[in-house]
Amino acid sequence: MNSKKLVAVSLPAAAAAMAADLNVSLEIPKMNVAEYHRPYVAMWIEKPDQSFVQNVAVWYDVRPKGRKSGTTWLKDLRQWWRKSGRELTMPVDGVSGATRAAGSHTLSFAGAKTLAPGSYEFVIEAAREVGGRELLRVPFEWPAKRGGNNSQSAQGTTELGAVKVTVTP
Amino acid sequence: MMFAKTNFLKSVTLAVALATSAHAHRAWLLPSATVFSGDDKWVTIDAAISNDLFYFEHVPMRLENLTAIAPDGSVLKPQFLNTGKYRSTFDVELEKSGTYKFAVVNQSVMASWEENGETKRWRGPAANADKEIPANAAKLQKSGMSQRIEVFVTAGKPTRKVLEPTGKGLELVAETHPNDLFAGEKAKFGFLVDGKPAANITVTVAPGGKRYRDNLKELQLKTDADGMFTVPFTEAGMYWLNATANVGGSRASYVATLEVLPQ
Repeated sequence: MNSKKLVAVSLPAAAAAMAADLNVSLEIPKMNVAEYHRPYVAMWIEKPDQSFVQNVAVWYDVRPKGRKSGTTWLKDLRQWWRKSGRELTMPVDGVSGATRAAGSHTLSFAGAKTLAPGSYEFVIEAAREVGGRELLRVPFEWPAKRGGNNSQSAQGTTELGAVKVTVTP
Repeated sequence: MMFAKTNFLKSVTLAVALATSAHAHRAWLLPSATVFSGDDKWVTIDAAISNDLFYFEHVPMRLENLTAIAPDGSVLKPQFLNTGKYRSTFDVELEKSGTYKFAVVNQSVMASWEENGETKRWRGPAANADKEIPANAAKLQKSGMSQRIEVFVTAGKPTRKVLEPTGKGLELVAETHPNDLFAGEKAKFGFLVDGKPAANITVTVAPGGKRYRDNLKELQLKTDADGMFTVPFTEAGMYWLNATANVGGSRASYVATLEVLPQ
């Protein structure tokens, strides 16, 4: 009862902040391993034919010990490297940032406003040093249809947990 | 007349024997990786001749005729050269962005002639041929062989300068970039002989990892009228690509090691 009230109160404010936006929530799973490094994660937008449209975020080790940067392992995000990474000089303003700890993360993609109306896929690729790699795709329509289902999810099994993409009208 | 014929037959037999032995053994350059990112990049390359791919079990490749070419076409000096029992190795720092080419190009000559009623034979590097083969020898038979063994690696964005053919010998035409190969995709390549399309020649594409399977999984392809062919790469891994052709009466052989990445 209490929580319901809370939601009702906070919803209008949240909706206003998220107006015509693309919001992503994702989970980096906790690993029970002897040697753990935070994963490199790339997120980008593709058309349904898998052609590259736009980068959303790239999380990599910006200041590893004993090295100038962790760009040496960016190629392990091999689909992203092929689609976009190899064309870029890191860091990229508004796109690249440091790796994130295991747990839930949310981000709002302001760059979605430049997308032409149509069908897209949100692609997320994670690669971990001495670990595995996983890539997930979440389809979405831009802009969201008013009153329509504007939230889609994918579930990772190894390097990624649940990934949810919400497009708000 | 009869004698000349025998001699000719002998030399043909010799050529066939050498060609066969050269065919059974596979020469290759095996890079530590083909795709590089970041700002501290080195590639280390193994060079060997073996029966199965890609194992060090026969002889090391000699590196006297190794050339390392940077993305801008300049020639680099490979470092830490070593030749062991089964393989040679060398390292190159990839300071520039783009595609590098490493090539071992061997030119050899086989000859037979008659001296004091005996048949003499010689086989060696083309550079030594004039010194070792008496120019005015009786019943002299000479044939040349050339061998080009290549591998490509890319730092950052793939570039095409090192892929430009020189117009000499048997060369690869890479319509698909050799460092942009992915499982489940088709790659289009071709061959040129002295700059002209090498139509209807046989191309072998063999995956590495032979020790862990029974089936060779080798593909035998033919170039079309334009000298082109398509390779359907179904699985990720290192592949050995080979073709032979007749170039101006000499036998020319080409080898490239290609890495196919998973999607």
